[in-house]
Amino acid sequence: MNDMRITNRTIEMNDIKIAAKGVDVFYGDTHAIKDVSVEIQDKTVTAFIGPSGCGKSTFLRCLNRMNDTIDVARVTGDIRIDGEDIYDAKVDPVQLRAKVGMVFQKPNPFPKSIYDNIAYGPRIHGLSRNKTELDEIVETSLRRGAIWNEVKDRLDQPGTGLSGGQQQRLCIARAIATEPEVLLMDEPCSALDPIATAQIEELIDDLKQRYSVVIVTHSMHQAARVSQKTAFFHLGDLVEYGETGHIFTNPEDSRTESYITGRIG
Amino acid sequence: MNEAHIASAFDRDLEAIQATLMKMGGMVETAVLDSARSLADRDVELAEQVRKADKAIDALEEQVNEEAARVIALRAPTAGDLRTVLTVIKISANLERCGDYAKNLAKRTAILVETPEVSGTTASVLRMSREVQLMLKDALDAYIQRDEALAQRVILRDEDVDQMYTALFRELLTHMMEDPRNITACMHLHFIGKNIERMGDHVTSIAEQVVYLVTGHMPDDARPKQDRTAYVAEGL
Amino acid sequence: MTDIIAEPEGGDRRKGSLLAQDTRTQKRNAAERRFQIYGMVAVSIAVLALVFLLTSIVSNGIGSFSQTFISLDVVLAEDKLDKTGSRDRTEMAKVSTFGYAPLIKAAIEDRIAAEGIEIEGLTKPDAVISKEAAAQLRNFVLANTDRVGDTVEFKFLASGRIDGYYKGRVTMASAALDRNISPEQLMLADALKDAGALERTFNWDFITAPDASENRPEAAGLGVAILGSLYMMVVVLFLALPIGVAASIYLEEFAPKNFLTDVIEVNISNLAAVPSIVFGILGLAIFINFAGLPQSAPIVGGLVLTLMTLPTIIIATRASLKSVPPSIREAALGVGASKMQTVFHHVLPLAAPGILTGTIIGLSQALGETAPLLLIGMVAFVREYPGAPPEGFFDPASALPVQIYNWTTRSDPAFVERASGAIIVLLIFLLIMNIVAIILRRRFERRW
Repeated sequence: MNDMRITNRTIEMNDIKIAAKGVDVFYGDTHAIKDVSVEIQDKTVTAFIGPSGCGKSTFLRCLNRMNDTIDVARVTGDIRIDGEDIYDAKVDPVQLRAKVGMVFQKPNPFPKSIYDNIAYGPRIHGLSRNKTELDEIVETSLRRGAIWNEVKDRLDQPGTGLSGGQQQRLCIARAIATEPEVLLMDEPCSALDPIATAQIEELIDDLKQRYSVVIVTHSMHQAARVSQKTAFFHLGDLVEYGETGHIFTNPEDSRTESYITGRIG
Repeated sequence: MNEAHIASAFDRDLEAIQATLMKMGGMVETAVLDSARSLADRDVELAEQVRKADKAIDALEEQVNEEAARVIALRAPTAGDLRTVLTVIKISANLERCGDYAKNLAKRTAILVETPEVSGTTASVLRMSREVQLMLKDALDAYIQRDEALAQRVILRDEDVDQMYTALFRELLTHMMEDPRNITACMHLHFIGKNIERMGDHVTSIAEQVVYLVTGHMPDDARPKQDRTAYVAEGL
Repeated sequence: MTDIIAEPEGGDRRKGSLLAQDTRTQKRNAAERRFQIYGMVAVSIAVLALVFLLTSIVSNGIGSFSQTFISLDVVLAEDKLDKTGSRDRTEMAKVSTFGYAPLIKAAIEDRIAAEGIEIEGLTKPDAVISKEAAAQLRNFVLANTDRVGDTVEFKFLASGRIDGYYKGRVTMASAALDRNISPEQLMLADALKDAGALERTFNWDFITAPDASENRPEAAGLGVAILGSLYMMVVVLFLALPIGVAASIYLEEFAPKNFLTDVIEVNISNLAAVPSIVFGILGLAIFINFAGLPQSAPIVGGLVLTLMTLPTIIIATRASLKSVPPSIREAALGVGASKMQTVFHHVLPLAAPGILTGTIIGLSQALGETAPLLLIGMVAFVREYPGAPPEGFFDPASALPVQIYNWTTRSDPAFVERASGAIIVLLIFLLIMNIVAIILRRRFERRW
């Protein structure tokens, strides 16, 4: 009988990739993230949803230590990837960010050629020994980013000459070129039209076979479409975290229900 | 609407619920046929099997409902996709009722084998049941193939089932008036006949859902009703 | 949000037709038209002033690009030049320019006789030739000792007054009162011109020759000044650009945001407003008095100008760095680049056009600065070209704006023309630098 059930529901078997415990984030005096604990599973798409200013982007940026670039931000608590504390003094954020890739809200390809956009990461991390290997990495990344066919004839043209949706796929390909294990996506589709959005969502569905994907989205419907697990943030608290179908059909917390049904902003 | 959705998971979800529905339909077809056969052959074991199998049909209906709710919550289907999901929900309810009627028939069969056979009636019942089962098969085929013409034909055939039921009603009255010892058997047979006629109505409802799915409107013409039993008086 | 919506004044505006303008609109349109006219008037005044300035400079200075020359055949008499007959250069060097002057006098007297020119009351015909000619002749002979005894044709500069005659400064009437020239000599010049011995041609020497004394404006050139300015620009470019860009990158990207950094930033902005003469005093005190560098050397001038240009470059660089969108930095950091890699691989290339433009503007300003150079001694009269770099940086030299200042202080009216000519050369250089800036800006257009 199980073969007839809608797939993607058997996720309880996957390992824990990222374990966050008691995380607090302060911007100066503002308490932006309040004692959040969550376990992100491997090879799964996890969505962070919540109203504006609820802290979901802030928490996402803790996972690859991008908050380090903000002087007034202070992060406390325990965040472990594969069991290793990423805020340990021995960890170099540069190395962490090769393992945990990030895609941003507004597509931001480097103003270089498409080839150089993808090749930059592997170059600085020394992932290839010669040009042939680098070419392979570039091709693989572009294929996995579902954009190879559109750009294979114009790899030397500037990355900024593509359309919005193509640029975002380029940025995704760039993020996976460094062979990360986790992909963080901060509202990757909010600057795109519906068709491009649907293409990116299909790509994300595909990416989960290889990477853990954590996606922050202000569209709960996108979270419903694309994720297997959803975490609802509200005013810095993690209100509810569970399997997506469950959250959207029968959430446990009334605040979750209010947000999903459009009763609170 | 033969193109796939950009999100392939959406296609998979829709296919899954329709597949579950078809599985349920197959099981109900079997139940209808088996229950009539058990009556004709006076086969108590077969009747028992039909009774037990109804649990599985009920479980499938629950599963269909859950999955349809998930699809609506997660995919927000519109237009044809929405009608697909809505008709799946309604048809599964209709199928579940048909399954219940088949179970009921099987229950009564267990009693009827104790009483002497009333001549001629079993054949009529079998004929009715066969007709309903064929209608169900065609309705489900029309659903899968999105064939509006076939569904419309199914709707018209309910007329025949109704006529058969009216004839059976008269026949049973005659038998009961002839010999009061037949009354118990004839009463059960009467309920069996009514159940099969109700099954026919549900199958017609399924066919109407198919028309809704394909065209977006319920069928215009009023369902033809030939059930004149309400007007049968003694001696007519 | 008020709940009561007040009635707008002129409430009948809504009832009027769109095709007829109401009074408010008419008044507003009239005011805007007036403002446009004020603007055009202002621009016209500025343009007129500019045109006036350029016209006066060009009309004054254009004459300096052409010069009067006299062609003569000079007999290189051996008895005057090489008494020993050895053709030995050091021996012959003992003959000073005094010894060559009679040769020239003889040459011109020969020419007069040959052309059959007769002018009454003509004395000292060699006055039509520049005193510079003797030096020119001596240099030639010492360089070509084997030509002694030959007759060689030379093209000598005409004297300053003769040149002035052909440029309209000197007339027969003024010559009568002039100590340096007589009307008869002017007539001689005309006669030579008719004979084809005197002509006015384009004067390359104006740009290449070194400066000349007060008495010989015709020989004065910008060669030393141009070279000096060039050396100083090289020093400024190679010092100010790297230091300025590096300081700017540090302040923008790496410096912690504390009180000390704020103080530094405020002081840099203030430095840009410091009068340039203060930098001259600073240069005098530090580079010449304390460090003992030679006076009037391009290295000192370059160092002083570097100090002056640094604030400009730093401010321009900071503005360019700030204008690079943070999304590029985030993208680089997200891919795993370190801060240094982000700055050097991504931010700097994008900021490059702005930095270049700022540098060229700074250099243009430095090219035209006079006050600080005066204080470090570059106002001296320098006859020799500075040598080739790097030693050449320590030889005394002059600079274009200083040369202009120098010439304007001299009494001979021919120097007015020279000064205006030098201004034209300076303006041309500034124009070239600005055009280069525009071209560079266009080429590295924003690509994000």
